[in-house]
Amino acid sequence: MKSKLIAISVACALTIGTLFSSQVMAAETIKVGILHSLSGTMAISETTLKDTMLMLIDEQNKKGGLLGKQLEAVVVDPASDWPLFAEKARELIEKEKVAAVFGCWTSVSRKSVLPVFEELNNLLFYPVQYEGEESSQNVFYTGAAPNQQAIPAVDYLMNDMGVKRWVLAGTDYVYPRTTNKILEAYLKAKGVAAEDIMINYTPFGHSDWQSIVADIKKFGSLGKKTAVVSTINGDANVPFYKELGNQGITADNIPVVAFSVGEEELSGIDTKPLVGHLAAWNYFMSVDSESNDAFIESWQKFIKSEKRVTNDPMEAHYIGFNMWIKAVEKAGTTDPSAVQDAIIGVTVPNLSGGYSAMMPNHHITKPVLIGEIQDNGQFEVVWQTAGMVVGDAWSDFLEGSKDLISDWRKPLSCGNYNVKSGKCSGQQ
Amino acid sequence: MLGLLLLTTLVVPVCNLLVPDSSGLHISTYTMTLLGKYLCYALLAVAVDLVWGYLGILSLGHGAFFALGGYAMGMYLMRQIGSRGMYGNPVLPDFMVFLNWQELPWFWHGFHWFWFAMLMVILVPGLLALAFGWLAFRSRVTGVYLSIMTQALTYALLLAFFRNEMGFGGNNGLTDFKDILGFSLQSDATRAALFIASAAALGLGYLSCLYITRSRLGRLCTAIRDQENRTRFIGYRVENFKLWIFTFSAILAGIAGALYVPQVGIINPGEFAPLASIEIVIWVAVGGRATLYGAVAGALMVNYAKSYLTGAMPDAWLFALGALFVLVTLLLPRGVTGLLRKKEVNQ
Amino acid sequence: MQSAPSSPCSFKTLLILILTALLLPLAGPGHAEDPKAQFTEGTTLLIQGDFEQKRNGIQKIATSGDKRAKAVLMALQDGNLFLVKKDNTLVYANTENSPVDIMSVFSGDVLKSVKKRKLKKITINNTLRTQLKDVLAKIDLNSPDAKVREEAVNKLAVSLTPESSGLLSELLETETNSDVRDALTTAMAIADLRSPDNEKKLLALSRLQGNLNPTVRNEIQRLISEKQDISIRNKAESVLSTIEAKTTLYGLAETIFFGLSLGSVLVLAAIGLAITFGVIGVINMAHGELIMLGAYTTYVMQQMLPNSIGIALFLSIPAAFIVSGLTGIVIERSVIRFLYGRPLETLLATFGVSLILQQAVRSVFSPLNRSVASPAWMSGSLQINPILSLTTNRITILIFSLLVFTGLYLLLKKSSIGLQVRAVSQNRNMARAMGIRAAKVDALTFGLGSGIAGIAGVALSQLTNVGPNLGQAYIIDSFMVVVFGGVGNLWGTLIGGLSLGVANKFLEPWAGAVLAKILILVFIILFIQKRPQGLFPQKGRAAG
Repeated sequence: MKSKLIAISVACALTIGTLFSSQVMAAETIKVGILHSLSGTMAISETTLKDTMLMLIDEQNKKGGLLGKQLEAVVVDPASDWPLFAEKARELIEKEKVAAVFGCWTSVSRKSVLPVFEELNNLLFYPVQYEGEESSQNVFYTGAAPNQQAIPAVDYLMNDMGVKRWVLAGTDYVYPRTTNKILEAYLKAKGVAAEDIMINYTPFGHSDWQSIVADIKKFGSLGKKTAVVSTINGDANVPFYKELGNQGITADNIPVVAFSVGEEELSGIDTKPLVGHLAAWNYFMSVDSESNDAFIESWQKFIKSEKRVTNDPMEAHYIGFNMWIKAVEKAGTTDPSAVQDAIIGVTVPNLSGGYSAMMPNHHITKPVLIGEIQDNGQFEVVWQTAGMVVGDAWSDFLEGSKDLISDWRKPLSCGNYNVKSGKCSGQQ
Repeated sequence: MLGLLLLTTLVVPVCNLLVPDSSGLHISTYTMTLLGKYLCYALLAVAVDLVWGYLGILSLGHGAFFALGGYAMGMYLMRQIGSRGMYGNPVLPDFMVFLNWQELPWFWHGFHWFWFAMLMVILVPGLLALAFGWLAFRSRVTGVYLSIMTQALTYALLLAFFRNEMGFGGNNGLTDFKDILGFSLQSDATRAALFIASAAALGLGYLSCLYITRSRLGRLCTAIRDQENRTRFIGYRVENFKLWIFTFSAILAGIAGALYVPQVGIINPGEFAPLASIEIVIWVAVGGRATLYGAVAGALMVNYAKSYLTGAMPDAWLFALGALFVLVTLLLPRGVTGLLRKKEVNQ
Repeated sequence: MQSAPSSPCSFKTLLILILTALLLPLAGPGHAEDPKAQFTEGTTLLIQGDFEQKRNGIQKIATSGDKRAKAVLMALQDGNLFLVKKDNTLVYANTENSPVDIMSVFSGDVLKSVKKRKLKKITINNTLRTQLKDVLAKIDLNSPDAKVREEAVNKLAVSLTPESSGLLSELLETETNSDVRDALTTAMAIADLRSPDNEKKLLALSRLQGNLNPTVRNEIQRLISEKQDISIRNKAESVLSTIEAKTTLYGLAETIFFGLSLGSVLVLAAIGLAITFGVIGVINMAHGELIMLGAYTTYVMQQMLPNSIGIALFLSIPAAFIVSGLTGIVIERSVIRFLYGRPLETLLATFGVSLILQQAVRSVFSPLNRSVASPAWMSGSLQINPILSLTTNRITILIFSLLVFTGLYLLLKKSSIGLQVRAVSQNRNMARAMGIRAAKVDALTFGLGSGIAGIAGVALSQLTNVGPNLGQAYIIDSFMVVVFGGVGNLWGTLIGGLSLGVANKFLEPWAGAVLAKILILVFIILFIQKRPQGLFPQKGRAAG
């Protein structure tokens, strides 16, 4: 019995004791939380974003910090474990008392931390393209909404390349599901017949693409120009493109336009068989602008490697971080409520040579670029929107959300205002 | 052990609710929910220890029962949101609205009643364990094979729950819960209540396992673990005993899952991952198997280490966890509590 | 006043000259009055940034009839056409070496090598790529090589335009080679399906009987959907049904191939496990990470020999065997040795090892995936007929897995080491009594199983990501294969793996990729309840 007591009490004492400590810390610095997975399946993508944030904070400190104080990065590892994201978010806000958090990649991690941010009223800057259908008072979506990526890409294929038949291939999770729902509705509205659309979902990390690629090939051999719109996620892309190349599908017979394949993903692929396939983003490393050159230079210097590439989510963090800095300076405080009010309308330069603004729906304005994969792992921009596209929180092409709008300015202050019923649902 | 648990149950909520923020004795909500989560894990570890430590069944699929219990609770919580979802649909949860579902699938019916959901928390994992166990124990699948089969079970469920067509929210799972039995989940008082409930569940679960293992049944279990064939030859229906204990253990895991979900605020297929189930076994191994209290201690220690290391040394976390597995199995076959016990014997 | 009439006259001549110059390109290949001038004109358009101008440039070059046209266009298609930034000369270059060797497009002279940064690539987009394919096929129609002509005809037949069918019928009049004539008449038959003459249609249909070209099928379907004579309709339907019967048959063959190839990957991943798990009873959860090490070895080898990817791949096979095998022996000596007879505990300990290996790779190589290139002979596919083609990398891996299996089987059955391994696995004490050093055999067996895992990693690097998570993706599948096939039986692993692969591929079109996998898992769970020892149970004492 005695040993039991010792065992349990040691465990408890350890647990409680250390949780008590490190709570009292004077705020000589402004803390910025970084909530990106450094281990587990998402580490592949998210580690880079952590480094980007460290670089941006470092540069800001060299410029003299913020409000006369130095910034301090607080890095935690939610280990690609979604409940752990919520726990770590709470730790950052309650224990570390951060002024804002930059983080998350997957939709599920964002959904997991969202209630925590709303309860504790803090700020999350989310840098990845996502499915839309969300607008929270506490989240700023600096990645693309579907109308800033998917729809312009489909327009390009339809108008410039004469595509008549569509394969919508995606990994089975919420971003591809929603994007494909939107695209399906959009294509049908444009007069594409149901039999000219093929939709296919595969599990995460799917590695055997033989049958699906063969199906795509068959689907594309019926005479009309066919294209694949790919929302295939991360790891599954390499075997997918390899199989495409080996089965003889090249960019000139069936082009693939991807929304989740960027420079970083290409650095893990032998790109020769992929030349000519497309991707739609709001930023490419190959974009010709002075701010981009400077960004690439400081990134490669920071990471101490000339081989490292930059990508779209990095640009999103760059924009988001600068917007936050500007909003804090405007508000004169890091208080989240004040920053929430101040940040709407803030405009900062993006890396493609223009300016991005934070809109009242907490999404930002971005240009949409379409690039073709080159054999050096970079993209060559072949098309871009004339101006900036405003991110749309609620898609006009989905049954449930076409009547919803989002406007966080007072007096409306609502993320999902139904224009028909005049109600703000879900808010009390 | 129980005294300590009782003490924690009293002290933590009081320190959280009544002691003011400024006081050094205040326990933040963060700490309390974290501890509440650990208690759920501890109950899960006790459930695994019951079958592994006393019956010799190394289940690599207990995470599945845990997750099923969690999903049952999650479905109740989803229905409680009602028309407060983003789209304001009174019946359908948000994820069904934007995937254009027209009506609630049949298996979602009834979950708006708390009692029904609680019944499912017990029935679903229980029946799955019963069916699986009935097949496995009857055909005398044992040892490593059984472990691998349990792993296949949780892996199959993982893949199934990832599918959006299943109607459980796919990869995102169930989230954005508002309240439970009318109490807001965001209030500290509800959190304290959930914490107390977890502690009570752990206490009861621990006691019932203790009762089972101390009774004649417990001795029989040990006999089965050590010499299954001999026990059978004496005339006991080994497979029946195994089946009932296994099912009971699965129900305990389900209850742990149900208490876990409202405290962490999300349930998704990740809980079914084979890796998560193996981790549970490690908690038990670290604490010391076949002791029950060892399982509790192990769950607390490993999870605390995880919370600490993922914050303090993100890169080293997997190294530390991996080393823990190797060292404990090599050097401490009876876990940390075994170490303490040995000292006691020496004295 | 004398000069007045002469000036409009000369203006007129100039106008005619310009007009003819403009009209000439339309007259088809080989008709340009001054090929060289038009060629140069085309190239100046090429070096403009605008894709529209490039398109005109390509058209000009293609129709110039200049000998250099084909080389330029092919280089453009392959991305080997560059501009020297300094003096705007157009050159051929291969940027794989540094400094880059360059050759002038105009003179064909080899110029002084330059640094990569001094060159600017002439980029193209998909529209241009399609155009290039088309014009190159047309140029190839006049090639002296019959094979090239035949291929060009087939390429053009896929998407016939009135213009190209005119070209083809012109060619048919002069063509002498029978293979090319064959291809031409088929192509003409496809064109004839659209002819207003019913006789021609019927003739074309008989000509196309059994032709599997997808264009043929589409054209016949279009024919049926339109209003037709009853005789033509009947004929068309009968032709279509033969085509469809054949398509189904080849579809079946394709599915079986896909299944076998998936199965061969499973076998490769599982066979090492079959040894460590089956022969010495160790549950090695780090098996997947040993596969991963093999894949990373391939990556390192390719980094060391960047110019000969194929050789690097061959060398990776023994290298990966050694790296993974040694790692395996270290694991065995430092961890597993102490846990024999406690299989469940080896499971936990090796799981710990797997986490350490994963994180180690992450620390050394970064969490990003690494790019492993495929040699040219492993990309592309073997075209059996227009609808059935087998990808070469899959064929290679299928053969490779059979070779590995055979090698392993022979090693275990025929060599003295194999004899010792089998002896120890069947009755350890007896084997020791006969003077076999069981501990050494254990280590060797574990090393062998791990080494095979490394070899599997080399093969997998050709199919999928090389990253820290590679191993986890295969570990559960490998266990399933071994358990399903019967522990301790190599044949069981082979048959089990291949049949699971084929079953999966047959379920996939019907149930979708995810559900197919779930069904297979449920099937295995139920199967094991029925036959706990797997497909091929081990006989004798060791079975207990």
